[in-house]
Amino acid sequence: MKLSRRQFLKVGGTAAAATTLYSFGFKPTAEGTTRGFRLHYSREITTICPFCGVGCGIICHVRDGQLINTEGDPDHPVNEGTLCSKGSSLFNMANVYDEDGNIIPNPNRVTQVLYRAPKASEWEVVDWDWALETVAKRIKKTRDDHFIEVNSEGVTVNRNPAISWLGSAMCNNEENYLYHKTARALGLVNIDHCARL
Amino acid sequence: MAQSILIDTSKCMGCRACQVACKQWNQLPADSTEFTGSYENPPRVSPLTWMRVTFQEKETDNGVKWYFGNQRCMHCTDAACEIVCPVGAIYHTDTGAVDIDFNKCIGCNYCAANCPFKVISFDRKTDLPTKCTFCYDRVSNGYKPACAAACPTGAIDFGERRDLINRASQRVMHLQNHGSQQATLYGLDEVGGTGMMYILEDTPSQYNLPLAPEVPLQARLWSMLFKPLRIFVVLAMGLGLWTNYNKSRELKDAAKKNKETNPSDYKG
Amino acid sequence: MNIGLNTAENHPVSMKWIQKAKDKGGKLICVDPRFTRTAALSDLYVPIRPGTNVAFLNGLINYALKNDLVHEEYLIHYTNASFLVSPEFDFEDGYFSGAATEDDGIGGEKNVYDKSSWSYQLNGDGEIVRDETLADPNSVYQLMKKHFSRYDLKSVSETTGCPLKTLEECAELFCDTGDPKKAGNVMYAMGITQFSHGAEAVRAIAILQSILGNMGRPGGGVNAQRGQSNVQGSTDMAMLYHIIPGYMPVPHEKSHPTLADYHATTPGGYWENRPKFFNSLLKAFWGEYATPDNDFCYDYLPKLDKERSHIASSKYTGEGEIKGMICWADNPAVGGPTAGRKRDYSRKLDWIISVDIFENETATFWKEPGVNPEEIDTEVFLLPAALHIERDGTISNSGRWIQWRYAAIEPPGDAKPDLWIVDRLFKAVRKEYETSGGAFPDPILKMNWDYGENASSAEVAQEINGKDLTTGNLITSFAQLQDDGSTSSGNWIYAGYYADPDEPACQKRIRETEGIGNHPDWAYAWPVNRRIIYNRCSADPQGNPWNPDLPLFAWNGIEWESLDVPDFNASLPPEESAKRPFIMTAEGVSRLFSNAMADGPFPEHYEPWESPLLNQFSGVQFNPCSTVWYPEDRGSAEENQFPIIATSYRLSEHYQTGMMTRNMPWLVEAMPSLFVEISPSLAQKVGVTNGEKVIVSSHRGEFEAPVCVTPRIKSFNAGGKTLEMVGIIWHWGFAGLSKGPVANDITPSFGDPNTTIPEYKAFLCNIRKVV
Repeated sequence: MKLSRRQFLKVGGTAAAATTLYSFGFKPTAEGTTRGFRLHYSREITTICPFCGVGCGIICHVRDGQLINTEGDPDHPVNEGTLCSKGSSLFNMANVYDEDGNIIPNPNRVTQVLYRAPKASEWEVVDWDWALETVAKRIKKTRDDHFIEVNSEGVTVNRNPAISWLGSAMCNNEENYLYHKTARALGLVNIDHCARL
Repeated sequence: MAQSILIDTSKCMGCRACQVACKQWNQLPADSTEFTGSYENPPRVSPLTWMRVTFQEKETDNGVKWYFGNQRCMHCTDAACEIVCPVGAIYHTDTGAVDIDFNKCIGCNYCAANCPFKVISFDRKTDLPTKCTFCYDRVSNGYKPACAAACPTGAIDFGERRDLINRASQRVMHLQNHGSQQATLYGLDEVGGTGMMYILEDTPSQYNLPLAPEVPLQARLWSMLFKPLRIFVVLAMGLGLWTNYNKSRELKDAAKKNKETNPSDYKG
Repeated sequence: MNIGLNTAENHPVSMKWIQKAKDKGGKLICVDPRFTRTAALSDLYVPIRPGTNVAFLNGLINYALKNDLVHEEYLIHYTNASFLVSPEFDFEDGYFSGAATEDDGIGGEKNVYDKSSWSYQLNGDGEIVRDETLADPNSVYQLMKKHFSRYDLKSVSETTGCPLKTLEECAELFCDTGDPKKAGNVMYAMGITQFSHGAEAVRAIAILQSILGNMGRPGGGVNAQRGQSNVQGSTDMAMLYHIIPGYMPVPHEKSHPTLADYHATTPGGYWENRPKFFNSLLKAFWGEYATPDNDFCYDYLPKLDKERSHIASSKYTGEGEIKGMICWADNPAVGGPTAGRKRDYSRKLDWIISVDIFENETATFWKEPGVNPEEIDTEVFLLPAALHIERDGTISNSGRWIQWRYAAIEPPGDAKPDLWIVDRLFKAVRKEYETSGGAFPDPILKMNWDYGENASSAEVAQEINGKDLTTGNLITSFAQLQDDGSTSSGNWIYAGYYADPDEPACQKRIRETEGIGNHPDWAYAWPVNRRIIYNRCSADPQGNPWNPDLPLFAWNGIEWESLDVPDFNASLPPEESAKRPFIMTAEGVSRLFSNAMADGPFPEHYEPWESPLLNQFSGVQFNPCSTVWYPEDRGSAEENQFPIIATSYRLSEHYQTGMMTRNMPWLVEAMPSLFVEISPSLAQKVGVTNGEKVIVSSHRGEFEAPVCVTPRIKSFNAGGKTLEMVGIIWHWGFAGLSKGPVANDITPSFGDPNTTIPEYKAFLCNIRKVV
């Protein structure tokens, strides 16, 4: 917001009146000068920090479905309300502030299903149904083409060496468990993730 | 019942949780920065950065020291900004913080120009000065300031000033007895006592703090001579101050550039 | 002691508790090649050359043994110090007995030990022979004294480049925790593991802590600080080629052709219950189809043939064996060793499925500057995932606390929780097999996947937790599991974490009001909510706590008074349980000598694969048991080649491959770009000043970065040479808000023989000024 010359004078005038009051001993109070408290009417939801393995508690403040604030959970015995620079930035992963200080969704999030065709130089936006069906066909073809039921010694091995799977330390236990089930059902043996890196 | 912040730099690990937590709470967008040879960024306080961590290195007989400072409004008792404000927009809150009433502020920038710590910045977008508020909105709602709430090691302590001074005195004595003979409590008496106090292990300059901060003489004179007439004077001086502000900015930039190109000045 | 760990920068909130200990008089030792933000808060900073952790730790072990600073009673009762080893066991010039050169399977050779001499002497009843006087020359104690005596502090100083005085001060300070009343804690992270001798360094820490009597005690222990929020849990869930959930080995075609063969390899100790855990897992996987008659569908599990770790599978991709990659929130194109080669190999894949919240470099390798996408035929699917605050489920922290996270907001656009994605993906594949058949579809079609329209975390959690299939009730402990098919559990160590669906233990939020900080009613720690493992060791054989001021378990003459879940049979009298304080080992005690390692029963110093020095402890230059995946990759230390030591590390303000943090503006503001750190002396040699740009190169690649010239980096005086070091920060890549070069393009694909973790922390490089 830019003040025009005219507005400047107007503000100056109001300020003069206030100054006079102050001179007579009317000190402004906290309530008089601060905005409405920004956590009012928000819901508190607890989470655990997604960064290192310390496992700090974080509170998400949500109002009208929008994340408005994140900060350390003071009740959590690991961090007692404290956080590091990464944990303190958690809000930024979902939302950022634009130049005017308005909350906007993080513009770099991937929010659409993207497909890159052979030789293409750009992504193509696709829908989930197409993507899941196509991905399933690719997985099936690679599995069927390279599946080994019995090795040269006659031992049943039922493995598919042609697909590699990287699970994730960024995902929940329940998700990793389903990854494991899926990967082994497909007969995968090239399974690894960043725990080994 | 003044409440203060005490930063024990001997417990600070430079993680910058405070710097980010301040932005998070105060809804400040990120600035565009570049790496210039130091961990320190952003390079100065600004309308988008109300407090920042400073990094300085020093070779000593006992090996390298890495000092983490914390630059922001000091909330002086004898506050130059408050003294010079022509419209009384700057005041001490009931908790002892120095705050700005934007309903009154006319954007003359005289506060920033006279700040002995150079920690008030002027937002050209809104024509308003910006600085650390001691998270007045949090404190008045029963929360700790964002920086103090976030600090993992307890290096940032918020509380009653006299309690903090008692604790700080003991800590300084402990540090002096354990190898840091230079340890001091900064902010006890400086400019009438500051709301931001620091336990330092070395000289203030290692933490980007002036050795003997003072309210500038011209600020005192201004206050004595012209305060009764301040409104009229400020309107007349408006243009002149702008020039002054720009000049001080140029000087600062030049100084920074000088620092970056001096290879003997390590700032990690 | 922090070694190979930078708590202040990579686990900052842990520093909260270190600072609290310091406030009470505790001392912090920081062992690191460079002066870090942790070093800035330490009481003693110990600089050592990258790649010399084992030499350093062996030096401390020797110091404790030589100066009788060990905790003797602990050593005799709770470790295998008194066990007698086969007289055939020997060590000579870098090799333990049983060394043999074998084909490494990829055209080269490596050392594989015949471990028959690494065994205990047994008496006529098959019991291990012991000598509690510790005098027998074949006792583990005497063998240790002999092995570690070579690591006197002077020799250690010459190899590590750490001044002798500093080493002495460090050894004296840390070994003082051998006092039974005191506890010492060693915290480590990737600065210990990311070497070709990483696992032996971890063992060296465990040995040190065992002889000083620091294991299983409040304030003591070996504490691995996990670098990722759920790397503990993802490992528990076995996102690794060699195990299945609950740390059971994956069936191997050679040793486990049948279920009976698998069970025949069941180890001793508490692991003797493994068949119950394994059969219950098969029941969780294939439900009603898994019966005793068909060996619980044992053959549905694929059997392993060869090493398939990350380095290996990357090589197989290059060779064309692997055609497709499914990648969940992982970014090997930046995080993997010799990452440039990985991106090249991606072209050989038919397809990549990447699931992520931001565009990562693995999914966008075809967009890398300088790459012509028209030459790349790989199909890429980038599936948009939800943030952790947009979905629910549990993660496990470094202390094994399983904690529930609640969804706070909805994911934007088409983004979906990973659970939803894997559920739909499995169903889509199953549908393909249902409709058109294919190669052995049974494991897919019969997989227990009864999650309805949408799988829920709570439902999956109950499956992991385990059930009594006869009653349908959730189990509360793995002790209830059976091997007859009457129980199921997706991961035995998680039994109990979700036993009560109305009030699952992992959602508990009750802080302790008094105690030692164990908080037993806050979340759930595996196993069985035990917070400190090996906790029998916190008290002497009679049951008196070593430190009466900080008791964990105390025997009152009738029963135990305790602050934790016992890790021993608490129904036995203390003298009996003291015989098996480490219930998971077959011996029941801590192994100072172990035959479980690939590269030796005791840790031995070898130089990193690329090193500017000859090994001063033996004629064996680098770990002889490691596989040399790419012999042509090894750089020379000659002056005009790669004479400078390189080590890589992270910053407080960024995270791993930067995929998340490089897209978070506040963090980008604080640390806007990649840089490397060098000493003022190296800067002078290269002719650069602070902030100027250099090119850092290795035999595998190069990248350009601004330089931070800092006295925090110092050269090392080791082996009669002055050795410079370049510190490399590696969070950047070419995607996202903040872009930069991929520093891992220059790291080696050479790893530890036990874990295959790559040697990111010590290799050779050179630098030159950008002109």
